[in-house]
Amino acid sequence: MAEFVKQAAQLTALGPLTWLSEFCSEAQQQWLGATLPNRKVENWKYTNIRALEQGDYLNLATKAGDAAVSTESDCQKTVAICDIAGLDSVRMVFVNGELCERLSEGFDRLPAGVQLVNFAKTNSAQQDLIKRHLGSALDTTKHPFTALNASQLVDGVFLHVGKNTVCETPIQIVHLQATTDQAITIQQRLLVVLEPNSQATVVEHFPDSANVKAFTNGVTELLLAENAQLNHYRLNLEGDQTFHLGGVHARLAAGANLNSFYLALGSVLKRNDVVVYHAGSGAHCDINGLYLPRGNEQVDYHTCIEHAVPHCTSDESFRGIIADSAKAIFNGRIHIHRQAQKTLAQMSNKNLLTSNKAEIDTKPELEIYADDVQCAHGATIAQLDDTAMHYLRTRGVSAAEASVILSFGFINELVNDVKHEAIARYLRPFLAKSFVKDETLTRHIL
Amino acid sequence: MLSIKDLHASVEDKQILKGLNLEIKPGEVHAIMGPNGSGKSTTGHVLSGREGYNVDSGSIVFNGKDLLEMDTEERAREGLFLAFQYPVEIPGVSNMEFMKAAVDAVREHRGEEPLDSVSFMKKARERCKAVNLPIDFLKRGVNEGFSGGEKKRNEIMQMMLLEPKLCILDETDSGLDIDALQVVADGVNALRDSGRSFIVVTHYQRLLNYIEPDYVHVLSDGRIIKSGDKSLALELEEKGYGWLVTADEEGVA
Repeated sequence: MAEFVKQAAQLTALGPLTWLSEFCSEAQQQWLGATLPNRKVENWKYTNIRALEQGDYLNLATKAGDAAVSTESDCQKTVAICDIAGLDSVRMVFVNGELCERLSEGFDRLPAGVQLVNFAKTNSAQQDLIKRHLGSALDTTKHPFTALNASQLVDGVFLHVGKNTVCETPIQIVHLQATTDQAITIQQRLLVVLEPNSQATVVEHFPDSANVKAFTNGVTELLLAENAQLNHYRLNLEGDQTFHLGGVHARLAAGANLNSFYLALGSVLKRNDVVVYHAGSGAHCDINGLYLPRGNEQVDYHTCIEHAVPHCTSDESFRGIIADSAKAIFNGRIHIHRQAQKTLAQMSNKNLLTSNKAEIDTKPELEIYADDVQCAHGATIAQLDDTAMHYLRTRGVSAAEASVILSFGFINELVNDVKHEAIARYLRPFLAKSFVKDETLTRHIL
Repeated sequence: MLSIKDLHASVEDKQILKGLNLEIKPGEVHAIMGPNGSGKSTTGHVLSGREGYNVDSGSIVFNGKDLLEMDTEERAREGLFLAFQYPVEIPGVSNMEFMKAAVDAVREHRGEEPLDSVSFMKKARERCKAVNLPIDFLKRGVNEGFSGGEKKRNEIMQMMLLEPKLCILDETDSGLDIDALQVVADGVNALRDSGRSFIVVTHYQRLLNYIEPDYVHVLSDGRIIKSGDKSLALELEEKGYGWLVTADEEGVA
């Protein structure tokens, strides 16, 4: 992979964001000195990223942003793909990594005290804020691809919600790919800063836009100050040729509350590393997630919940349905530091394998140094329950439909818990279609 | 309606039913009683076509058709309904979705048009009220977090929606308080008509005060050892099963 490191470093010349040049060049040094993960490294033992090296992804898109959706019909198609009916969001749309201004809308609905802007358009006060916070929630040495992201930054999104400000309108950040002649690399970056007592909802939305061979290397940082509340979604619906490495790094101050939902439909590889650091007492996070790879697809979620201080709570639940010859990896780590007494941490991972060749590598990992904590974890791997199958069939439901209803029910439990009903409504058809093509079998669940 | 002849069935090589005979005509209510382990629940499972319950010999004819040739769902579509002793919890699947799928499947089999969602909802609400379940139970996961009594009432609601020809109630009275028992019995009685038959499997005579059977059968060691009218249930309540079982064994000897 050494060759890959060198080539990737040369992809973009440093410089488009001159005010960030120090940050970017430091990251470049880190990237050049990085050893890329391989299967001998525990955290990458089950994840094969050779496709990245072989995929010839190291090109920039020739057309991006507004230039990539120049015609009216392109625009209409693209809007339809972005739309989450009933969400009523403020929307920023990126195409091949660049902001598409004509499709981004609703900024006037943001209340005073909320700043939503792309890095390229920031004023100097915003730049100061970004420089102060960018990279502060993550450990580049543990996550080398975040260094690549930082070294190649051409743009990013900055959301700042001021003290005591409640932003009711969800903020939707859409990342699309438009057809290009060759495989491309995109660096995606989001920095969310919530000041004390503020509230917001952020939807990171990666729709299936065009079947493009693309490598998205994403980094999202969520910084929640005292008593801030954030609903965060990261929805990876991209097509099967997508290679996605994503990192979400959150830091919670005292009393902060993070509610997250993750979803990944399968592709060549989608990996998300999620790190939530409880830095202040009384912080809480809920993290739920679903993954549905099929064919030869691969999905990987590595989560790490750091409890560094006393009296924090975390509740994590991931579920997956793995079909055909697909493979899923779930690694859920909970790290309770010595001083983090009275921590309550829960984690559950349930998997349904629908074929003999499907694979799941699941590993709950607890590291506990405090003695007065409650920490529960569980992982299950199963097939559909015979008793439930029989029950449905005794009511006249065919075996084929019963199996669809039960599989869907298995994941729908988590979808039902999603805070925004519009998102649940939007996701259900994708989920149902991801494991069955025959619409007569899904008509009763949608 | 149903004709069971010399039925032998086993579970994991253990013989449970050893020559069961039962004739049920349209409109009749048959109660099956008997000691634990006599094969009462097995009879229900075999009739429903549950995997793992193997029929070794004998025949079951349901409305002129060979029941044993049919898949579980086909039996249900032909009008056989089993109210489970232990209804299954299915979180994530709403009662309503489940019942719509079931009603559509049964109607399609009968050559009827599927109900539109408005008519279905109306019907489901009515049935829900009839068994005294709050309407929001339709939206909840199938039996998810329901109490024992609520699960049993949900079974009766499903039965009312599917309008089957033969209803098998497998210990539907177990775990019910007196009020819930009354609701379940009212539900069953409301469905009684000349074209619909019932098999009521129970341990206790009490249920039969509410659902009056035409026949009472005592099942012991996989066979019916005595049949009678409803007075037999009262006699069993008084004397237990011991005298019958002993008499039967002596008779065999």
